[in-house]
Amino acid sequence: SYLISLSFQQRIEIHKLRQGDNLILGFSIGGGIDQDPTQNPFSEDKTDKGIYVTRVTQGGPAEVAGLQIGDKIMQVNGWDMTMVTHDQARKRLTKRNEEVVRLLVTRQSLQKAVQQSMLS
Amino acid sequence: KIEPLKVTVDLLKVPLGLKKPPLKEALAALPGKPKSQILERRKSRRSDTMDNESQYSGYSYKSGHSRSSRKHRDRRERHRSKSREGTRGDKSVTIQAPGEPLLDNESTRGDERDDNWGETTTVVTGTSEHSISHDDLTRITKDMEDSAHLDCSRHLGVALAAALALLAFLTPLAFLLLPQLLWREELEPCGTPCEGLFISVAFKLLILLLGSWALFFRRPKAFFPRVFVFRALLMVLVFLLVVSYWLFYGVRILDSRDRDYRGVVQFAVSLVDALLFVHYLAVVLLELRQLQPQFTLKAVRSADGASRFYNVGHLSIQRAAVWILENYYHDFPVYNPALLNLPKSVLSKKMSGFKVYSLGEENSTNNSTGQSRAVIAAAARRRDNSHNEFYYEEAEHERRVRKRRARLVVAVEEAFTHIKRLQEEEQKNPREIMDPREAAQAIFASMARAMQKYLRTTKQQPYHTMESILQHLEFCITHDMTPKVGGEGGRYLTAGPTIQYHKERWLAKQWTLVSEEPVTNGLKDGIVFVLKRHDFSLVVSTKKIPFFKLSEEFVDPKSHKFIMRLQSETSV
Repeated sequence: SYLISLSFQQRIEIHKLRQGDNLILGFSIGGGIDQDPTQNPFSEDKTDKGIYVTRVTQGGPAEVAGLQIGDKIMQVNGWDMTMVTHDQARKRLTKRNEEVVRLLVTRQSLQKAVQQSMLS
Repeated sequence: KIEPLKVTVDLLKVPLGLKKPPLKEALAALPGKPKSQILERRKSRRSDTMDNESQYSGYSYKSGHSRSSRKHRDRRERHRSKSREGTRGDKSVTIQAPGEPLLDNESTRGDERDDNWGETTTVVTGTSEHSISHDDLTRITKDMEDSAHLDCSRHLGVALAAALALLAFLTPLAFLLLPQLLWREELEPCGTPCEGLFISVAFKLLILLLGSWALFFRRPKAFFPRVFVFRALLMVLVFLLVVSYWLFYGVRILDSRDRDYRGVVQFAVSLVDALLFVHYLAVVLLELRQLQPQFTLKAVRSADGASRFYNVGHLSIQRAAVWILENYYHDFPVYNPALLNLPKSVLSKKMSGFKVYSLGEENSTNNSTGQSRAVIAAAARRRDNSHNEFYYEEAEHERRVRKRRARLVVAVEEAFTHIKRLQEEEQKNPREIMDPREAAQAIFASMARAMQKYLRTTKQQPYHTMESILQHLEFCITHDMTPKVGGEGGRYLTAGPTIQYHKERWLAKQWTLVSEEPVTNGLKDGIVFVLKRHDFSLVVSTKKIPFFKLSEEFVDPKSHKFIMRLQSETSV
């Protein structure tokens, strides 16, 4: 059997949650052009310096909207996130005057070959 | 017991000299013993003094000798008479043919083949003794015709230049002397300034003489096919200069009998100055201009692909060709035609071709190209394993070379331990003291066989005669060199540059320059010319050195700062 790796893009709309004075999204990001890409456990290409979702808090707005751990964020509200520093990414996600962020993410999924599932 | 010893000594002496009579005559001159007996006894004597290998070789030699027929011996004699120089005969194995070329068949079978080498001397390969006779004849006649024709024009050119130089040199003196001779009484006396000018004329002429000697009086290093443009230019310039000065002199001074001697002297001094400047121009044009590198020349030998790159300045094509040749002789490994061919066993399988029959009309050109293309395509598709064979042959050859090399290295090391330089304090009786030549001969015997086998495996044996090896050993011993130099190093283990094989045969002087552009043109980017010899050629292509744009960047030493690479995680 063999594994097929596909990646497909998804549009995810997260409504920020107000917690005291902050608007939170409920996930954590890692990566950026000023970071070390070889430490990224989620990227397939270890030179990829994009922004990846490293944690999704349970029950938070991100999980509700369908964001998953390991997703690569390509765009936030139209802003490109593939060539930004870590801090720039954080800033684009946490703009105070935005209540909704629309993300374009890329997700990889592994699918086992059809034969194997038929055999088992 | 004395008889066989004497035989040994005589046999030892004969193969050493190049011009000595071949061994056959020497053997015939000896008291008539059947040859085989001599050989056997010699073999037994040898085994006492030398290492164990000779024992083995004696046995195999006997078998070789018995098998070799009269036909072989005749052919060897013919070879010997044709060969120009005596090639080395291995003393421990060969008795009968010291002038024997050591070129065998391209035998690639195993070690055992070499011990029976007495029977393999049927074919000589490549540019060997056999083909030399015909090639050299044609080459020599061509040389003689060409050089006769060229010599005339060369000598004419040199004579012309010399005459012009002499004229130019003597003109100022003539300018100074003629008024004194012709109208001495009318001349105004000229005191100190004239004397100063006389001195300056004398020294400037001396400097001009020395400068010309340094610049022009050199053995020409090559015969150029065409006139050297800059030299011609300079000669014309000097000629015009001298002629115009004479014209002025004749009209203004001689005709009018000018009284002012100081003016005349100053006129002469100005001519000398002008000549010095022409000399300066010559230095710049002939020597300095080509020093700054402008082009990179790539020289590729057509036969085996050895290539080198050279940087030259602005030169004409013919001068660049001579430059390349000068560097060729010490950079390129010597051309060894024996190394070029694939062993026959590898190539022979390809010969079974396809026959193509054309049905229908004979449409000449279209059909033939179509046919040949079909044959080639079919041949390419056919599975053949000649590459396999080639690979294994190569591997086998490598292994064999390495084994022989190991033997050679050990033999040389051991041989050199037999020799020690005589210290002043030691007292030895005169019979034991040897000069370098004898010392070389003494140790040569013990490494001769290993050397011969190694050279034969690497197909270098035409380049090393016994005489040359002995000379090299003598050289190494005299200068206290280690065995690494004496038997190994760059001389025998690898094919060195051509110039170290000091034979006229390898240092050929006749090259042909083939070029699409006139050879007096300067080098330009993309020019290709070929230097031809009769069996290979050097293809030289030119490329301009690119223009470098250097920009500076100032780096403050305090600006080198570093941070740790982070993998930070931020929650949003």
